[in-house]
Amino acid sequence: MTAPIPTAGQQPVTAADVELLRQMLRVRRFEERCVELYSSTKIRGFMHLYIGEEAVATGVVSCLGPDDAVVATYREHGHALVRGVPARSIMAEMFGRVEGCSRGRGGSMHLFDASTRFYGGNAIVGGGLPVAVGLALGDRMQGRDRVTACFFGEGAVAEGEFHESLNLAALWRLPVLFCCENNLYAMGTALELSESQPSLALKAAAYEVPAWTVDGMDVLEVRRAAAMAVEATRAGHGPHFLELQTYRFRAHSMYDPERYRDKGEVAHWRERDPIEALTGRLRAEGLVDDDVLAAMEQEVAAEVDDAVAFAEAGSDEPVEDLTRFVTSEDQR
Amino acid sequence: MRTTYRDAMRAALRQALADDPRVFLMGEDVGRYGGCFAVSLGLLEEFGPERVRDTPLSESAFVGAGVGAAMAGMRPIVEIMTVNFSLLALDQIVNNAATILHMSGGQFNVPLVIRMTTGAGRQLAAQHSHSLEGWYAHVPGLRVLAPATVEDARGMLAPALADPDPVIIFEHGSLYAMEGDLPDDTRPVELDHAAVRRPGRDLTLVTYGGCLPKVLAAADALSAEGVEAEVIDLRTLRPLDDDTLAESVARTHRAVVVDEGWRTGGLSAEVAARISEQCFWDLDAPVGRVGSAEVPIPYAKHMEEAALPQVDDVVAAALEAVS
Repeated sequence: MTAPIPTAGQQPVTAADVELLRQMLRVRRFEERCVELYSSTKIRGFMHLYIGEEAVATGVVSCLGPDDAVVATYREHGHALVRGVPARSIMAEMFGRVEGCSRGRGGSMHLFDASTRFYGGNAIVGGGLPVAVGLALGDRMQGRDRVTACFFGEGAVAEGEFHESLNLAALWRLPVLFCCENNLYAMGTALELSESQPSLALKAAAYEVPAWTVDGMDVLEVRRAAAMAVEATRAGHGPHFLELQTYRFRAHSMYDPERYRDKGEVAHWRERDPIEALTGRLRAEGLVDDDVLAAMEQEVAAEVDDAVAFAEAGSDEPVEDLTRFVTSEDQR
Repeated sequence: MRTTYRDAMRAALRQALADDPRVFLMGEDVGRYGGCFAVSLGLLEEFGPERVRDTPLSESAFVGAGVGAAMAGMRPIVEIMTVNFSLLALDQIVNNAATILHMSGGQFNVPLVIRMTTGAGRQLAAQHSHSLEGWYAHVPGLRVLAPATVEDARGMLAPALADPDPVIIFEHGSLYAMEGDLPDDTRPVELDHAAVRRPGRDLTLVTYGGCLPKVLAAADALSAEGVEAEVIDLRTLRPLDDDTLAESVARTHRAVVVDEGWRTGGLSAEVAARISEQCFWDLDAPVGRVGSAEVPIPYAKHMEEAALPQVDDVVAAALEAVS
């Protein structure tokens, strides 16, 4: 069932795609500010940046409806932002503030938001996949027309939970869109050093899950593939699998000295920067110009400034609340 | 009404499935096979394959699917064959089910019930016989139940399903065939209190689950020797009912904890510590403990029996405590 995604040549770019650029830029500028805030110790703990991979979350999430669900990993600032979790509450979370989207209990790796059906922020590699299968099962059993998009890195493919989850979702024909963000390295271990069969789509195909390999640096390609996969998944054709080939430009986390890859490789991928690529195409078609881009930068910077100010002004959760929500307060 | 523990559990499942369309049962061999211990026999025929779901041998995936389905508004009952197998799903139980509510700042509760067998006594050897419920009782965010009577087997499921948070029910394999009386007007039981199964004045024997019949037998033997033991069935292993323990030991001044788990770092250690913390000045003797030998449970019958707490062991520990 694995087939190359139908090619339609390079996707035409339209005025509506300016919004994709704006979303990617939000993620990029938000995270660039996070680096500064980490250096100034406002943000602590593990922090994993999505810089370079913005086209993946932006393209996929743009195809979801408001009732669909998202399950993401610990590298999820971008997914949360483009899903509509307010930048303020994400930044406040990373500051450990009670105004954060998880009350400061989760931090960078555990963003949760019920109002956008954003189910984390999962820091056990592969651990989110069974949960996504269950969300889809629950939706299906209640007759709801919803899709669960589950993001995970290619490192998760080595986990048993990946195989168990694909099998179960396919067996029960559940509406899960498995989005494998293949950035080539599981922390510092290259795919070919950990997989006897490095073709990820083949693994999905083994479970009868239709699988497409997509250029994850081209947001228009990502959106095109995701739109088809979401539609087929929602229509009841069972789970679908996208391998999104991408690259993180920055280190794995703030502690990573990057001994496992050479600078030339990073430089090569940086030439394929998804934001620059889309900007170039929009410019070429006359859909944006310097003024539009400057205004967009200004608007995004204002949003990030506002998020930081909100987080700075936030409050600490009272220590008396430490044991709140170990169990539910509302004993339904 | 006279019934078995197994039939009582099945009646509870049947009623839960009939009462609430959000409830469904899934696990290995719960449907066509009828449950590996025949607990769910007939439920597939009655409720159909949507609500009684046979799963692949994928403990992590189907427990995690229970977590997700619970968050999506269902009330899943997930059956795991034995606590030994549940280790394959430990990630989903500990890192997700028990954690998500707190880690999400109270946004996502997980109303999931997980049932599994525990314990030894049937010559199933080391990979089917351990008592690891104490590990789960260690984890904040979980409620851990151990029905030891037919009435609790019948009555604990409904309140477990009504709980907005994850509940694990441990069914000791040796209890399924046990018979007992069930009141005709079956009602949910409460889960917050330990039960005094036998009143006594001379010492308190604390136990739960599969050890309860042994401890009651030991109490009878002690009575014949003039020692009246009070027997407390913990029923809920997390959160523990400190008050019932303290009230009893304040009267009897002596306590022995009987637990099929290993003693080192085990549930009996926790209970003994709590008794010491709460009742130190009431105690007339050190808190005693009876647990399994610190070995993987062996197959050969005489070796398995030697590894497990037996009635004579409980009697000996009780006599030492009152000597």
